[in-house]
Amino acid sequence: MAPATKALYKQVFPVKSDLESAGKVSTEVRRILRSLGVEPEVVRRAGIVCFEGEMNIALYTKGGRIILIVRDDRVELLFSDRGPGIADIDLVKQPGYSTAPDWARELGFGAGMGIPNMEANSDRFAMYSRVGVGTVIRATIFRRCHETCGGNRAPGT
Amino acid sequence: MKIREVARLMGAEVLCGEESLDLEVTRAFAADLMSDVLAMVQEEGVLLITGTVVPQVVRVAEVMSMGAILFVRGKRPSAATVNYAAEVGIPLLATDKIMFEACGILYSRGLLPAKRKALPRENGPRD
Repeated sequence: MAPATKALYKQVFPVKSDLESAGKVSTEVRRILRSLGVEPEVVRRAGIVCFEGEMNIALYTKGGRIILIVRDDRVELLFSDRGPGIADIDLVKQPGYSTAPDWARELGFGAGMGIPNMEANSDRFAMYSRVGVGTVIRATIFRRCHETCGGNRAPGT
Repeated sequence: MKIREVARLMGAEVLCGEESLDLEVTRAFAADLMSDVLAMVQEEGVLLITGTVVPQVVRVAEVMSMGAILFVRGKRPSAATVNYAAEVGIPLLATDKIMFEACGILYSRGLLPAKRKALPRENGPRD
């Protein structure tokens, strides 16, 4: 893994277990990235990753937080929550697998695409979870990806 | 197609974004499932046609840089949602037509479908 460059910007956003405000962090993250002059395609991908992660925290957990770190060469989004945790991570990475309750589906979410979509829009994606404790996700999106990694995916991921 | 033309063809009420009616929507994507919108839309300026009226619809449109939202089946979002859309500059239209009819009319008048991004692992092996 290439050494990370110095953080140009860092902010921590609390995320409540509350649907009413879900999505606010993502739109704020988008505005921050734009104001920092981050490339539009990176802003777009980061916005999607952040929104999916934020919805997951709001819909399924007891609350958590999102940390945005902007570096010269990458945007990092760190998601953490206070449970309930995920027993089988391979399963939630499968498109269509969902534990969403009916009420979430009625709102237009919970189709089992959130985690796969986060992974698809990230260059690096790591997820750790412990049942009863919580889940942590680190999603990295490279800037000027064409120069540094020659494609959507970083080497070795 | 201009948003104004979409509104006219739909007999739609303009809930907000009156000043943006002369902007163009590039293509259209119709879904009630926001998860699909987030996973499949890839262009900017797309018209979102939906019967889902939760506040997150506007946030999804914002995150996906969509051009406008057309609510179908007589559904209307809350005043707070409309205010938020106005604030972030996403025009909202509302029609009583069902989604099928709305899509049929717009398609027949030349509005093209959004290109669908393949789902992650869609082309991979089934296990």
